[in-house]
Amino acid sequence: MTSVTTDVAAPDARKAGKFVYVTAVVLLCAWVLVPIYFLLINTLSSPDTVNSFPKPFWPEFDLGSLTFFAGFAGMLTALKNSILVAGMTMIMSIVIGAPAGYALSRFDFRGKELFRLLILLTRAFPLPLLALPLAVMFIQTGLDDTVFGLALVHTTLAIPFAVLITFSLFSGIPIELEEAAWTLGCTRLTAFTKVVLPLILPGITASAIFAFVISWNEVFAAAVLTIENRTLTAFLLQNLDTSPLHLKFAGGFILVVPALIFIFAVRKYLFAMWGIANR
Amino acid sequence: MAEIQIKNVAKTFGAYQALHDINLTIQDQEFMVLLGASGCGKTTLLRIVAGLETATTGEVWIGGRRIDHLPPKDRGIAMVFQNYAVFPHLTVFENIGFGLRMQKLPNDEVKRRVERTAELMHIEQLLKRYSGELSGGQRQRVAVARALAMEPDVILMDEPLSNLDALLRMEMRAELKGVLAESNTTAIYVTHDQVEAMSMADRISVMHQGKIVQAASPIEVYRNPAAEFVAGFIGNPPMNFLPATPSGNGKWTVGGQDMNGPVSSETLKFAIRPEDLRPSETGLKATAKVVEPLGAHLLVTCDVEGALFRAVLDSDMTVKPGDVLTLAPQTDRVRWFNPETTLAVA
Amino acid sequence: MNARVLPYVLILPVTLFLCLFFLYPFLLVSKQAFSTGSGFTLDNFREVTSYWKFPTTLRNTFLLAAAVVPVQLALALLMATMVNKMQKGRDLILYVWTIPLGISDLAAGIIWLAIFEQSGFLNSMMNGLGIVDKPVNLLTFQNPGLVFLAIALAEIWRATAIMLVILVAGIGLIPKEYYEAAEVFGASPWKRFTRITLPLLRPSLQTALVLRVILAFEIFAVVAALGGTLFPVLMGETYAYQFDLLNSGAAAAMALIILAISIGFTLIILRLLRVPKGATI
Repeated sequence: MTSVTTDVAAPDARKAGKFVYVTAVVLLCAWVLVPIYFLLINTLSSPDTVNSFPKPFWPEFDLGSLTFFAGFAGMLTALKNSILVAGMTMIMSIVIGAPAGYALSRFDFRGKELFRLLILLTRAFPLPLLALPLAVMFIQTGLDDTVFGLALVHTTLAIPFAVLITFSLFSGIPIELEEAAWTLGCTRLTAFTKVVLPLILPGITASAIFAFVISWNEVFAAAVLTIENRTLTAFLLQNLDTSPLHLKFAGGFILVVPALIFIFAVRKYLFAMWGIANR
Repeated sequence: MAEIQIKNVAKTFGAYQALHDINLTIQDQEFMVLLGASGCGKTTLLRIVAGLETATTGEVWIGGRRIDHLPPKDRGIAMVFQNYAVFPHLTVFENIGFGLRMQKLPNDEVKRRVERTAELMHIEQLLKRYSGELSGGQRQRVAVARALAMEPDVILMDEPLSNLDALLRMEMRAELKGVLAESNTTAIYVTHDQVEAMSMADRISVMHQGKIVQAASPIEVYRNPAAEFVAGFIGNPPMNFLPATPSGNGKWTVGGQDMNGPVSSETLKFAIRPEDLRPSETGLKATAKVVEPLGAHLLVTCDVEGALFRAVLDSDMTVKPGDVLTLAPQTDRVRWFNPETTLAVA
Repeated sequence: MNARVLPYVLILPVTLFLCLFFLYPFLLVSKQAFSTGSGFTLDNFREVTSYWKFPTTLRNTFLLAAAVVPVQLALALLMATMVNKMQKGRDLILYVWTIPLGISDLAAGIIWLAIFEQSGFLNSMMNGLGIVDKPVNLLTFQNPGLVFLAIALAEIWRATAIMLVILVAGIGLIPKEYYEAAEVFGASPWKRFTRITLPLLRPSLQTALVLRVILAFEIFAVVAALGGTLFPVLMGETYAYQFDLLNSGAAAAMALIILAISIGFTLIILRLLRVPKGATI
């Protein structure tokens, strides 16, 4: 179609263009992957190799660094805390956020714009900063230094995303499907559970994973709000100055792994989610 | 018995009045078509009957029972949607059986009724498929089967054929009419397609700007349109209008010609369908502008004293642009309208 | 349930939650910033802004944002347009390019530390190429430029993906017909990009920039991992006030300063990239 004329006119220029294009794609892929590969080498090398020079460009598949990481005092607890906080964040943000997403996609109600503004404002706000006053509030309520307290803050971070993503998911389900279910004997609730829920379940899972990762990656609020019950990010941050290199790299690697899986799991939804959540 | 009574129903969306004081009674087993251009309120009225929309004021009764406060599931209705609304996560079988399962019917009864309706709609070989594997026409059939399987008192259809291509639409039109006639249900069918309305309806309610302008049998709506809007909306090409000036005692001057008409001292509009004109010795002098041979007949767009005027003539005739035709209106088909009220004058 | 009440019931949990954990702490932090125990005062602000490190901190944060965000925008636009015309392998390439989306700033900092640290891969490579014969300590106060470069690279590496996703989604919403029409009228690929893609992408650009700029002022863990105290930034100083100096009033004042900067820039971006009413797709 479009290429016909250019083909005839300048095949060389076209070939050169194609070459530049492919090279650029490959380079950009390398730009993303090579740094992760370096981290992988460090993680799968013995502590001695990690601290040696020059570095090998090939992993030696030694589990020394990872074993050291697992044995480091408090590290496994921190890992467990991270998973707990992220898990709670995931559940709370969906349970609280999804109904609002449904309301936004299905109803016109007075104050809808105000509500949307509140949500967008929350997203466009350096939320981790709010951990500072919350630290005081949590001490008063006994939530300080608890996994649940931190999960509440992370839920605040994840909620705008949960609302906007579920909003776009629900908007993708034609309302006629629900209406058809109503005329076929369903109540609002049964129409939701029998028709809407099965259709959006994969998307809900994707946005739950998104919430998980938001919490998993959060550093500032975690560092501010936990002292004894550090999450992995907070623990690593606290020990950045003192911990040996191989511990940092192993910890960094453990942080990265869920990200790789996460992006893979939700890749289909990433764009649909952002496409509409945008507006 | 499922007579539908719509009493004084009005609907406003904010400041916009979608329906004005609608009154309509649909007989048991009648096929009623709501016909009108988009935005005329026909779908809103249907959705009020279905319970998907709440009327601002007024009542809806089905079979002697007031139902406007009930949720859709308790109204004894089934509905076919414009985009079919076939559930994508269920097979055709489960789609058709969806309502029956909601009624908690035993498995073998569900199976019996699903298979029967599937057969009726000629989709028995598709029962294991999913919506994504069906063509538009097949989805349409599933949607109708799903409604019929409920054995409802009333079936509501919202432009069910509008997403099909022309040939399929014609085929489904005839089939749907046959199936519904056998099912003994009362039907309300919303469409903007006058051919569909004419061919399927027992009665047509022509709607315009949130009001029912005329509710009558197809032939009555065609022959005796109650208002200018109906005359202009039904029929393709639509009715011709010409200004008429009274010369007293039931005599009128139309397009420079003398005509007999109703006794009135006001200015009226003369109206005649393009197919009710014959070339003749005396009659309206019309200058041909555009000639369109349509095969079965000849459509000639003319000018009568500056007014647009169409005639459907025999396809054997030879007419060239610029020709002056003398067209005699068939006297018993002439209609008169009051330009003030836009209503027909007897 | 009544369709008039139902939506309010559905949004109630979020509203309550946000009031309790967003609006209320916001009020608290404001109160804390403007008081030292007795009434309204600007002492906290005076304290943090008059601290000798404050100008450096502010300059560092702004410099970093100014260096990082435009590069990210250009890179994301380039990647998005490249992906847009890709036929085979699109999903795989997109997956690879969006991987950093899931990587935390701390992890990104650690990843780039593996490259820039004294026994790291950059030194190893230079050694292999014979540029240096023994490892050089790159991330020191003698090399502020290198520290800055390392942090900027890590930020660009990590956070371009979020812009990419928003822009790819936005480009996907632009109907192909516009490009075909432009091509028929003789627009070159570059003209099509500047005359069609960019203007129609404005809502997405808006979102992407707002999100990125706010995150750029929140930069913290990347800096902590790579520069430590060599390169003070606003968020890091806030953390230091809270924990090392145990001065929560000053920390609150810093937080409000970051907030004010973020909101200011959000408004500027929204204003610059505003979409005329009715000019949407």
